[in-house]
Amino acid sequence: MSGNGDLLVVRNLKKYFPIRKGVFSRVVAQVKAVDNVSFHIDRGETLGLVGESGCGKTTLGRAILRLIEPSAGEIAFDGVDVLSLKGAAMRRMRRRMQIIFQDPYSSLNPRMTVLDIVGEALHVHGIARGREREERVKQLLERVGLASRYVNRYPHEFSGGQRQRIGVARALALNPSFIVADEAVSALDVSIQAQVINLLVDLREEFGLSYLFIAHDLSVVRHISDRIAVMYLGEIVETAGSDDLFDRPLHPYTEALLSAVPVADPTRERARIVLTGDVPTPIDPPSGCHFHPRCPLVEKICSEVPPGVTDAQNGHTFRCHVVARQFPDEATTPVESAAP
Amino acid sequence: MPEASVSSETPAGAAHVGSPLLDIQDLKTYFHTDDGTVKAVDGVSFQAWPGETVGIVGESGCGKSVTALSIMRLLPMPPGKIEGGSILFDGEDLVTASPARMRQIRGGKIGMIFQEPMTSLNPVFTVGNQIEEAVRLHLHLRGKEARDHAIDMLAKVGIPSPEARVDEYPHQMSGGMRQRVMIAMALSCHPKLLIADEPTTALDVTIQAQILELIRSLQSELGMAVQMITHDLGVIAETAHRVVVMYASKVVEMADVKELFGRPRHPYTRGLFRSIPAITGGHDRLQTIEGTVPNPLEFPSGCKFHPRCTFATDHCTKHEPELLDLGEGHLSACWLTDPSGPMYDPEKVS
Ligand SMILES: Nc1ncnc2c1ncn2[C@@H]1O[C@H](COP(=O)(O)OP(=O)(O)OP(=O)(O)O)[C@@H](O)[C@H]1O
Ligand SMILES: Nc1ncnc2c1ncn2[C@@H]1O[C@H](COP(=O)(O)OP(=O)(O)OP(=O)(O)O)[C@@H](O)[C@H]1O
Ligand code: SF4
Ligand SMILES: [Mg+2]
Ligand SMILES: [Mg+2]
Repeated sequence: MSGNGDLLVVRNLKKYFPIRKGVFSRVVAQVKAVDNVSFHIDRGETLGLVGESGCGKTTLGRAILRLIEPSAGEIAFDGVDVLSLKGAAMRRMRRRMQIIFQDPYSSLNPRMTVLDIVGEALHVHGIARGREREERVKQLLERVGLASRYVNRYPHEFSGGQRQRIGVARALALNPSFIVADEAVSALDVSIQAQVINLLVDLREEFGLSYLFIAHDLSVVRHISDRIAVMYLGEIVETAGSDDLFDRPLHPYTEALLSAVPVADPTRERARIVLTGDVPTPIDPPSGCHFHPRCPLVEKICSEVPPGVTDAQNGHTFRCHVVARQFPDEATTPVESAAP
Repeated sequence: MPEASVSSETPAGAAHVGSPLLDIQDLKTYFHTDDGTVKAVDGVSFQAWPGETVGIVGESGCGKSVTALSIMRLLPMPPGKIEGGSILFDGEDLVTASPARMRQIRGGKIGMIFQEPMTSLNPVFTVGNQIEEAVRLHLHLRGKEARDHAIDMLAKVGIPSPEARVDEYPHQMSGGMRQRVMIAMALSCHPKLLIADEPTTALDVTIQAQILELIRSLQSELGMAVQMITHDLGVIAETAHRVVVMYASKVVEMADVKELFGRPRHPYTRGLFRSIPAITGGHDRLQTIEGTVPNPLEFPSGCKFHPRCTFATDHCTKHEPELLDLGEGHLSACWLTDPSGPMYDPEKVS
């Protein structure tokens, strides 16, 4: 599935939200929602993104599409420097990068018909009008498994799974090559969730789409992703092929996360690593390795120096001082020059 | 210093000795709306014994929360009404209990974790006040004792620096923390029965693991029965001893957890299991249950699952199957598993 070369390359991306206080709206602190994140996605590849609530997944997805403006870093899409694009050039680029939102209930305007929701972008980008637009929308609806006679209905007349399909049809309207699916199936019942996952997989095969698939359900992420990136407090702490990540988690946070997932098999006995403490806030993240206050392997160096990126072979990378010692010194790139 | 405790758990099968703590018989709860009568719970029966965790699963709208709210007698009335059946709890029928008696029971002998955390926390009182109020009422603790108990409960549910947090208001906390405060409140009076309605759905898996561990340890400490409502089959597998599967306002299957996961019999349950991707990998196409959960105002005739069922016959469209015991407490409501019915063919679903 992969191996056709990079479609998206993200380097040292940052998104800080200033917190302002007082009459002069002085900036008193920064929320470091995405802090120095680097990764790449190949053509036709699905990268899963997991991590606890508030770790920066949505912010990262939106920053890539420039739905929010990144604070620093580089984004190359199909060789084009996305952050340098302006006006019309950025609008053209946006046709190729789309997003499916989490909530099938609030992400669709209740006063718009399906025709207008799915066809809006066609109109805005001047691609199709009138009859032609309606035909195109009908095709899209059929493609996502909805009857084309539904074009004039409103969102409330559909079930959750059907609404999510409308969201998928909307994302597909402009023939994108890359889709950020932000918790696209999380709100759905399992039987409906399976229908939408199968649809996303079919579309990937048919159109060679690439996905950044954000979700908190690790079995869903494993099922759909070629590779998975694990985020903790604004940083990617581990990246690996899906099966590799589950079989050989290297970062202690990944290990704790995987062990905490409830498994639908009552005969299975497992050792569980129960983390203590809360996810700290990204406003004032812990020094050194952000995970150190909750880490079962913590040592002195962890609170002092941010860990570099260790290459564990086969595209498997992680950031942990203690685990890095299992690998030769030269496998680790210190943090200043860390690259994906 | 961080701690990492390692534990391994499988729910120990609770033996059914003596009489059940909770015995629901033929419960019917309807909503009388302008569009018609919503039969949200329609003839549901199940029991829970002390120390047992009964899991209730089923897709959105199948009647899980309404069953729980019926037990607590917290239905919005009107439009809701318990139209029939009984709910025997610790020897008394909650369907006919007085409102005053229900106030004593709620938060005392029965604790509930609600699906919507903000509905059960009062925004104008600190979380400490709210827990202290409950333990004053039900455990007769006062002053410093009550406050210490509140702090202790907050610590148990994993709220960091509970001594400081106890004086905060609900809005000052994150969603996950509010959820944990609610859990602390539900458990603070050492209830005999804990009703947990999607207690961890809004939480991260690492926090979820903490909370489920806590519920489990309190259960073995206090011998509490737990009714665990969730659509997460993983949570059910790890916490429940027995499982009730609901579909369209009715129980369609019920069995011991290992039996149900190992040998599901009802086509709906089998479909549910096949639609979840295995955490152990495999990228095969997921099987789906085609169609959607029916609208309760237009329930299909006969077996309510028939429009989505691959085994459905003409018979299924006309006649509703009964919930029957297939042996050893494994119940199923499907014509294929009814030995005296015309379609009996257990091979198809085993
Ligand atoms: N507009 C904003 N202003 C200030 N802080 C923000 C803003 N948007 C997000 N944040 C903060 O950035 C951090 C990352 O948020 P984000 O929504 O990206 O997390 P997430 O990983 O998607 O979480 P979830 O799993 O809950 O969706 C959080 O601490 C959040 O509070
Ligand atoms: N106040 C109400 N008025 C009318 N109908 C209601 C009311 N409350 C619930 N219902 C209906 O009763 C049925 C059962 O709802 P219930 O909340 O028990 O579902 P559930 O199984 O808990 O679903 P979920 O998994 O989404 O929480 C649904 O069809 C719902 O629409
Ligand atoms: S009774 Fe008929 S329709 Fe209902 S589940 Fe069984 S086979 Fe399917
Ligand atoms: Mg998010
Ligand atoms: Mg509910």
